[in-house]
Amino acid sequence: MWNRIYALIIKEFLALLKDSKSRVVVIVPPVLQLIVFGYAATYDLTNIPFAVYNEDKDIPSLELVSSFQGSPNFEEVAYLTHEEQIAPLINSRKVLMVLHINRQFSRDLTEGRSGSVQVIVDGRDSNTASILLTYVNSIIAQFNAGWKPEHINGVPSARLDIRAWYNPNLVSRWFIVPGIVALLTLVVTTLVTALSVAREREQGTFDQLLVTPLRPAEILLGKSVPGFIIGFAEATFTILVTVYWFQVPLQGNILTLYFGLFMFLLSTVGLGLMISSLAVTQQQGLLGAFLFLVPAVILSGFATPIANMPQWTQTITFLNPMRYFIIIVRGVFLENTPFHLLINQFWPLATIGAVNLALAGWLFRRRMY
Amino acid sequence: MRANNMVIQSKSAQHGSSILRMRGLIRKEFLQILRDPSSIAIAFLMPVFLLLLFGYGVSLDAEHVPVAVVVEDPSLDTANFTSGFYGSRYFNPVTVRDIGTAEQELRNHSVDAIIYLRSDVARQLRSPEGAHIQVIINGVDANNGRIISGYVQGIWSKWLGNRALARGEKINLPVKVEQRVWFNRELRSKNFLVPGLIAIIMTLIGALLTALVVAREWERGTMEAIMVTPVTIRELLLGKILPYFILGIGGMGLTVAMAVWLFDVPIRGSLWLVFVTSSLFMFAALGMGLFISSVTKNQFVAGQVAIIATFLPAFILSGFIFDIGSMPWMIQMLTHVIAARYFVAILQTLFLAGNIWSVVIPNCLALIVMGVFFIGLTWKRSVKRLG
Repeated sequence: MWNRIYALIIKEFLALLKDSKSRVVVIVPPVLQLIVFGYAATYDLTNIPFAVYNEDKDIPSLELVSSFQGSPNFEEVAYLTHEEQIAPLINSRKVLMVLHINRQFSRDLTEGRSGSVQVIVDGRDSNTASILLTYVNSIIAQFNAGWKPEHINGVPSARLDIRAWYNPNLVSRWFIVPGIVALLTLVVTTLVTALSVAREREQGTFDQLLVTPLRPAEILLGKSVPGFIIGFAEATFTILVTVYWFQVPLQGNILTLYFGLFMFLLSTVGLGLMISSLAVTQQQGLLGAFLFLVPAVILSGFATPIANMPQWTQTITFLNPMRYFIIIVRGVFLENTPFHLLINQFWPLATIGAVNLALAGWLFRRRMY
Repeated sequence: MRANNMVIQSKSAQHGSSILRMRGLIRKEFLQILRDPSSIAIAFLMPVFLLLLFGYGVSLDAEHVPVAVVVEDPSLDTANFTSGFYGSRYFNPVTVRDIGTAEQELRNHSVDAIIYLRSDVARQLRSPEGAHIQVIINGVDANNGRIISGYVQGIWSKWLGNRALARGEKINLPVKVEQRVWFNRELRSKNFLVPGLIAIIMTLIGALLTALVVAREWERGTMEAIMVTPVTIRELLLGKILPYFILGIGGMGLTVAMAVWLFDVPIRGSLWLVFVTSSLFMFAALGMGLFISSVTKNQFVAGQVAIIATFLPAFILSGFIFDIGSMPWMIQMLTHVIAARYFVAILQTLFLAGNIWSVVIPNCLALIVMGVFFIGLTWKRSVKRLG
């Protein structure tokens, strides 16, 4: 029996890797994507282009402007002299923000009144706009804190000490890159397995496979092992890049991470084979894989938090294996989450995997035409 | 004279048969579309499904953030402060007795943040140095962490203002920020996400449609069969592009209608401009699909390339959710080859800001260049294969 399965596994690997194009597809894009997305996918803004329209020109206003100029997040690209210049700059997306300081600003400030600053922001990308506004507010808060002791008596009666656990500098990359580990593992294993049965169906070789002494369970095993091996290899590579290239700290236990990876592969290989055995043609298999992958990525908490979704969408996410693995990866990487706290992520993955593998095996025999 | 006539005749015959051949090809393509429901599904069901999924699944508006509130020595002052959290729609506060329990809850993700008022806060409030209010945030999701800390600061400064007012003091903030957000005053994230999503969805659909159908012909050997007929490469490409172009535009119309009526996204630009720019974009997306399938000639590889080269880059590199200006310059260069990047910029502007030519024209030019480039490349490759 093991000989038969071994032969099938070898055959699967040959089918996958003998064609140079499909070999390239399995190996090159994940590597490129990890690097490109690791750098691209960040919510941290740098060099935000902004323009200054300063009607005041006294020292306090210049100090305020220079605190924006000195920030690594902002980059002054224009200095305006008329109000009419604001709209064209923002409309054409040349600047994301205009800092407008009115004529009384310095006088208000030195005479103890509140000076007001108008910040005009391009809201077309409202996410960038709201991140930008938090930067503006913190620069202004710093300016206020620095201004007070010199010019105004009394300090505020309470201060906030905000600390962030696990990611003290709130670096987006620490959050996104471990997510990419999960993302690429998901995409590669699903694509590898989703077409394995469909391709044989289309070419008619699956019938041949069914008349061999191989039992459905053995076919299932032979078809899933390549997915596991490729998944493990890709995940190991991406984890190494995450730790050594992107310098994301790996706080937790690597064995816990690999146990989670095994569970995750079980579920994605199961889903892939299930899709594959439902499909009659490769095109259907591919569409099926796609129709699973896209929601799996969107509803996983990879880019946007699950907690922000409407309730019914949140309920759907419980069916998504990626949701659980993302929690495992981020937990092990950043929070040093111990094994026992992750059990609630492990068993749903195992269940999804078992159910789908069983379905796939059952479909092997039932769906023949 | 006679020979000349014959040449003219044969030329016009050629011209006539070219139209005939094209009609035949397009008819064949449409029959194929109608008989295999999967392309119709890709063009019409998929955009609806994806837009619903993205529209409801992607949101950056954090509300009802669970926070643990620990007050070691409750008093009127602390109650005034914490009431700001209980009254806010951004927070879902739970009162926790001691900091140990709260930290436990932060660890197992039942709360995203802790507001910690130590027992000496009441005394410190009366002292000249002022009190320290501790806030601990789970920083794993850095963006969310930043949003939460912004919300906390908002509540804190409002409380300070009220406190000063109640004591008859002046609010002592030297500089106040007056923020004006143009085009999307309440920063509703659907307004910018939905137009961006349309661009991403159509990228996928355009590429998938052509990538799969042409690769299938290669794989089944029917492409060779077409090649031996008098059909020219130009006719063949046009015959492939036109039917799927019509399908794609149909899908596009559907998503725009959903954006306006289902997701209530305002549309401030003109519809005809949306149509023209979408056509240009479909041209580029289909061109890319044709190119992928003419290179790979294999459904497995074509489909994988279409997914890998369109969906993820369109999602991450188009500026739809991650700001392009903040990426390293190498990656910024790379975003220029992503067709979705231009279409995201066009659609966000047309939906939220109106017909702003300084945005629309450069981006349209880029789309035209991409379309011509990919179709030209496919053309060249196909000629070579014929020989």
